[in-house]
Amino acid sequence: MKTFKKTMLGAACAMALSAGSQAALAEDTIKVGILHSLSGTMAISETTLKDTMLMLIDEQNAKGGLLGKKLEAVVVDPASNWPLFAEKARELVSKEKVDAVFGCWTSVSRKSVLPVFEETNSLLFYPVQYEGEESSKNVFYTGAAPNQQAVPAVDYLMNQGVERWVLAGTDYVYPRTTNKILEAYLKAKGVAPEDIMVNYTPFGHSDWQSIVSDIKKFGSTGKKTAVVSTINGDANVPFYKELGSQGVAASDIPVVAFSVGEEELSGIDTGPLVGHLAAWNYFMSVDSEANDEFIEAWQKHVKNEDRVTNDPMEAHYLGFNMWVEAVKKAGTTDPTAVQESIIGVAVPNLTGGYATMMPNHHITKPVLIGEIQDDGQFEVVWNTSGTVAGDAWSDYLEGSKDLISDWRAPLSCGNYNVKTAKCSGQNF
Amino acid sequence: MMTFSIRHIFRYLLSCLFLVSVLISSPVMAADDSQSLQEVSQLLIDGDFDEKSRALSRLAETSHPRTSEILQLLSDSQLYYHKKEKQLYIITEYDKGKVAKDLAGNEQVITKKRDYKKVTLNNKMRGVINRIKAELGLNADNPQQREAAVRDLLKDITPDTVTTLKARFFIEESKKVREMINIALAINDLKSSDDVLLSNAIEQLDGSLEQESRSALMTFVSTTESPQLKKQAQIVLKGIEDKVQYYGWLETFYFGLSLGSVLVLAGIGLAITFGVMGVINMAHGELIMIGAYTTYVIQLLMPDHIEWSILVAIPAAFVVSGLVGIGIERGVIRFLYGRPLETLLATFGISLILQQAVRSVFSPLNRSVETPDWMSGLIQINPVFSLTLSRLYIILFCLIVFVALLLVLKKTALGLQVRAVSQNRAMARAMGIRSNRVDALTFGLGSGVAGIAGVALSQLTNVGPNMGQAYIIDSFMVVVFGGVGNLWGTLVAGLSLGVANKVLEPWAGAVLAKVLMLIFIILFIQKRPRGLFPQRGRAAEG
Repeated sequence: MKTFKKTMLGAACAMALSAGSQAALAEDTIKVGILHSLSGTMAISETTLKDTMLMLIDEQNAKGGLLGKKLEAVVVDPASNWPLFAEKARELVSKEKVDAVFGCWTSVSRKSVLPVFEETNSLLFYPVQYEGEESSKNVFYTGAAPNQQAVPAVDYLMNQGVERWVLAGTDYVYPRTTNKILEAYLKAKGVAPEDIMVNYTPFGHSDWQSIVSDIKKFGSTGKKTAVVSTINGDANVPFYKELGSQGVAASDIPVVAFSVGEEELSGIDTGPLVGHLAAWNYFMSVDSEANDEFIEAWQKHVKNEDRVTNDPMEAHYLGFNMWVEAVKKAGTTDPTAVQESIIGVAVPNLTGGYATMMPNHHITKPVLIGEIQDDGQFEVVWNTSGTVAGDAWSDYLEGSKDLISDWRAPLSCGNYNVKTAKCSGQNF
Repeated sequence: MMTFSIRHIFRYLLSCLFLVSVLISSPVMAADDSQSLQEVSQLLIDGDFDEKSRALSRLAETSHPRTSEILQLLSDSQLYYHKKEKQLYIITEYDKGKVAKDLAGNEQVITKKRDYKKVTLNNKMRGVINRIKAELGLNADNPQQREAAVRDLLKDITPDTVTTLKARFFIEESKKVREMINIALAINDLKSSDDVLLSNAIEQLDGSLEQESRSALMTFVSTTESPQLKKQAQIVLKGIEDKVQYYGWLETFYFGLSLGSVLVLAGIGLAITFGVMGVINMAHGELIMIGAYTTYVIQLLMPDHIEWSILVAIPAAFVVSGLVGIGIERGVIRFLYGRPLETLLATFGISLILQQAVRSVFSPLNRSVETPDWMSGLIQINPVFSLTLSRLYIILFCLIVFVALLLVLKKTALGLQVRAVSQNRAMARAMGIRSNRVDALTFGLGSGVAGIAGVALSQLTNVGPNMGQAYIIDSFMVVVFGGVGNLWGTLVAGLSLGVANKVLEPWAGAVLAKVLMLIFIILFIQKRPRGLFPQRGRAAEG
């Protein structure tokens, strides 16, 4: 018993000490929270983003830090578990007292942490493309909204003469909402309902035989057909493999994907996929000086010359740089001050242009369409001439087309209805 | 009819004349050739995609001798250009120190990879390339190639194609190719306004399964004004559609079988560990994953012999997964016999440990396992029905594994001991069987078979840390439905669940089909708790 007491005492001392040293550290560093899954299903995508953030923070520190202080990264692991995201977010904000959080992947995780950030009035930078229909005072959406990815991709295919559409997606909120927007958009453009086929599959679906065969049949009526894919994560590999083995070539039925990037392709033999498309706001193959530097720095950071870069990484790059600029502008890391100062901040992006934070907390981005090459890279075949501003509320959906979001005073509202001239009062 | 063929002969003669004139003037052409090649390569280097397509079409129009070679290089993506020299190079291996050859055949060594850039294609260009290839393919020596070429030309029949096809028809020897050309000409004739021609064309298309025939007939039915022809076309179309439907059912059945064989492969290892030994092994999926990763490692070890890597991977995966299985049995499970709840929790923990271990060793990203050439591709039985080769191999493989396992359990000493221990442990021990050793070996056998399943699955799906989770529920489903402790039950259950799933999928959708299957199994288990083929005898009662 005596020894037990001694150990307890020792432990208590150690804890007090470490808490003390943490407090001491906290005074001369600015803490940045990183909320990405390092284990579980989503680790496949999110680990890379954690490394990207660490690299950006290192680089900023090498440049002398921020406001004369060093940046300190606080990494937590929400383990692909949605409720745990909220718990870990609270830990970052309340216990670690971070000044901004970069993280989340999938809308479910974002919706789960949203109340935490709104309650504690802290900042989240969300780096992945999403379905829109949300604008929170505390969240900055640095990934693409549907009008920065899905709609331009469909426009491109229409110009290529596509008349029949397969909207294939995984069964959850992002594909369902995106497809709803696309269906409304296609019908507005005069596509007949029988020329649209919608198909949903469960997460991680692995047997695509009959679906691919159905797509083949759907595309055999003589009208040019394309597949718009919001299939997520692991289900993509067997889907593309099945396309390859059933001989569906991109020149017959092209597939344009919104969730397949360089990282996902690095796990597939891309030979049979050459010519299928993806729409993003950044590709690793883009020829620009900023991009070359970024790739070099990244490969040096992870000590691997084969590692690829992708779109959500650029989103973090933009979000982080915007936050840094906003903090410099405000002269403080106080979330309320940063929320005000970040609107209108413009930073160079990796494709040779500028990204600006809009009053609706979305950013401006160029839209690029790329074709898969056999080395696992994308070749840009089309791009918008300038950048497109992200639209929080889709113009093609009933109930959201009258809404706008503007977080500047005096409006300060995420969902202002221009018809009734009212803010619904909801925070998101 | 007579005038028709005379016109053809006349056309044919004309094209022969043209050919002769080209041959005569060939020395003059040679200088032009290199010049046009020069122009084309400039366009390929500097032009945008439209200019590149035009360059290729021009190359084909001038019937340049190197057309097919250049097209092949482009579609194999072996055509590069030097960024500064602005010259085309052929590079078969794009790496530092490898050779780059220019079009004249001069070689140079690549000193810097970034100096060279690939000539990129887009889908439109690939379309142009395929079209030119098809036109060139009409004169191929191999009749199958010629047939494929005509089939490619069906997609877009222009007056030019009709002329070439008619010319080809008169010198064509293969009956199949002539048949295909007739279909092409009939599709073209459907656009005419001559009733006799139309009627003949419809007759010609009777029974043709090409999708172009179907869509041409469909457009004809909806646009024609003659009720008689419309009726004729409708009858023909109905006949074709019945055939298509029949093949559709065959296809669904094949898909069902192949899904079923995947289920059997995933479940059959579990049929041994869970079915025979009664261990609820939640780490079964991870043993499959280990098998798949073994395939990946084997391919890393023998990069020059990918085609044989799968054959090497099968025994290797069996050994690796088997050893891991024996390790799990000796280290954890043997302390927990008779306590199913604890076994379940402990093996679930092991599955998480194995997943995270793989994540740490191989990275959380998916790994790419290559499919050997002999496993990719498909057997085209007719335009609406084809068998994918990889699936066919997996069905065969599943049956082989099943038979082998059955033989091991029925014909070997180990099999006898396994059955004895599973039927009555105390009695078997009294007879001198070392039940500990048998337990370990049985578990190892089941795990090894799971590893083999991993090799097969690596050809179909992701190889990543999470792949095991996708199969664990399916495996239990198959084993419980088939009847615990019965291999035949697993086979029948797997295949019938696969077929039922595929029959349901078209009208219920993938999500609902899966839900319906699970509800069905729950109801079935309520009615017959011991599955399709219950184990009989006294041991089963206990």
